[in-house]
Amino acid sequence: MREVDSATMKIVVCVKQVPDSWAEKTLRPSDHTLDRESVDAVMNELDEYAVEEALRLQESQGGEVVVLSMGPSQATDTIRKALSMGADAGVHVVDDGLHGSDAVATSLALAKAIEAQGADLVIFGSESTDARMSVVPAMVAERLGLPQLTFSSSVSVEGGTVRTNRVTEYGYDVVEAPLPALVSVVEKINEPRYPSFKGIMAAKKKPVSTLDLAGLGIAPAEVGLGAAWSVVAEAAARPPKAKGTIVADDGAGGVAIADFLSAQKFI
Amino acid sequence: MAEVLVLVEHVDGTVKKVTYELLTLAARIGEPAAVFVGSGADAALPGLAEHGAATVYVADAPELTAHPVAPKAEVLATLVAERAPAAVLLASTAEGKEVGARLAIRSGSGIITDAVDVAADGTATQAVFGGSVIVQSKVATGTPIITVRTNSVAPQAAPAAGTRVDVAVELSAAAKAAKVVDRVEQAKGGRPDLAEAAVVVSGGRGVGGAEGFGVIEALADSLGAAVGASRAATDAGWYPHQFQVGQTGKTVAPQLYIANGISGAIQHRAGMQTSKTVVVVNKDPEAPIFELADFGVVGDLFTVVPQLTEEIGKRKG
Repeated sequence: MREVDSATMKIVVCVKQVPDSWAEKTLRPSDHTLDRESVDAVMNELDEYAVEEALRLQESQGGEVVVLSMGPSQATDTIRKALSMGADAGVHVVDDGLHGSDAVATSLALAKAIEAQGADLVIFGSESTDARMSVVPAMVAERLGLPQLTFSSSVSVEGGTVRTNRVTEYGYDVVEAPLPALVSVVEKINEPRYPSFKGIMAAKKKPVSTLDLAGLGIAPAEVGLGAAWSVVAEAAARPPKAKGTIVADDGAGGVAIADFLSAQKFI
Repeated sequence: MAEVLVLVEHVDGTVKKVTYELLTLAARIGEPAAVFVGSGADAALPGLAEHGAATVYVADAPELTAHPVAPKAEVLATLVAERAPAAVLLASTAEGKEVGARLAIRSGSGIITDAVDVAADGTATQAVFGGSVIVQSKVATGTPIITVRTNSVAPQAAPAAGTRVDVAVELSAAAKAAKVVDRVEQAKGGRPDLAEAAVVVSGGRGVGGAEGFGVIEALADSLGAAVGASRAATDAGWYPHQFQVGQTGKTVAPQLYIANGISGAIQHRAGMQTSKTVVVVNKDPEAPIFELADFGVVGDLFTVVPQLTEEIGKRKG
């Protein structure tokens, strides 16, 4: 394994543009993919923590922060946001052939792009608020043979070793690995900064390169909706719930709920 | 009949309920076979056999638990290659999904996460976008890998042989690169785990402050429930964020969910919409959360909730 000097460490942060998590989302009837046009697109909230963590590591250790995003052309907005927070450069993986890619195909494209960057540390948010699978970081680690330090509530780098607290059901595990390595961070690991006016102006001049499937060395048949290893057969809006019983509190509202819970055998 | 592998969730051999649920689902597809990684298998064998495991594959080399995630994926990948199972089922926990993810890449298989039901032909039902859309999916490539949410099915007793078969797996260098150097347990305060709990009692903006959560906790304790909170309450610092239920927090699907002082923004509904029974207490009759209620009271939670807690105490004697 190659030696990594943290002063010249290259950090690649993966970010995803998603529909605003406060908005209603729907699937396109034609191909059961997310309707990305009907809602505002924002940077995946959990990725803001990843960008912030990368910037903090850079501030304490030195090195370079490159933001990587795969998505349609408008995903450049999300890359620009990360640049305005302080990242140095952007890479946009964009190709019409990627539309409808499942997690397996997404992890392939990201792995190829990360490999091309020669990253010492890869940082992800722990999940996206649209797909919510939380599987892409683990898949990318598996593909690249990188040590996986996911669901981290703290990250530190010292002398070519990364150390994280991995959130578990019972508390946390302290996990260590040599660089290069892959990390995902949980919500609230830090307080993401807001882009300053200066940062927004500076971001306009920062380089953003694009990579398409050919540039990544991926055959069109390996990705996109047609290549998905899992397929949606049917999607339907959840049937509306039968209307429940709503009563105004007449001084015995708590007793009324207890009666309901007794009738339903919860008490 | 082909085997269906189920990765056992356990703590030192104490098996979690979700494993028995997975065995029950596995029996629909083929012959359930449990895969136990770690120490304590002897304690787990009777329960696994009782819930339908014909075979229990045991991998208990110490190095398998000295590294996160990857060893379990490699144990499963070895069994998938040797046994050609009809499917692999895992719990939809953070770790279960990551093990499934690595297994998918390693075995060239498709993966479906967060299923709430699995049919005999391997079709999985998912409730996406917080349960507003119901999707039927099927794995089209390789061995179907499906992660299933807790409380998706009632576990059934189906006594089987539960024959122990020890397996040895040579881990890859990559799997051993990340090391667990310490395990830290944090006090849970005696309440059940939010994601596993059969009953969840939550508070939101209407609780008004950290001290207001006292009445929420008292109700939860009277029902043996977990406590949850809405984004508004955790962002305000009234309750720790690890208890947040919603789009950016935990997704829960308990038998009973009691929402107190929660308006029901999509952000919150996304995390609890698939709860079996929903009870709502809110001052605002227009609050969207009432649309999900099986039973709702329009009123002040600070009078309704303590009265309910007291009434439950009386009825439980």
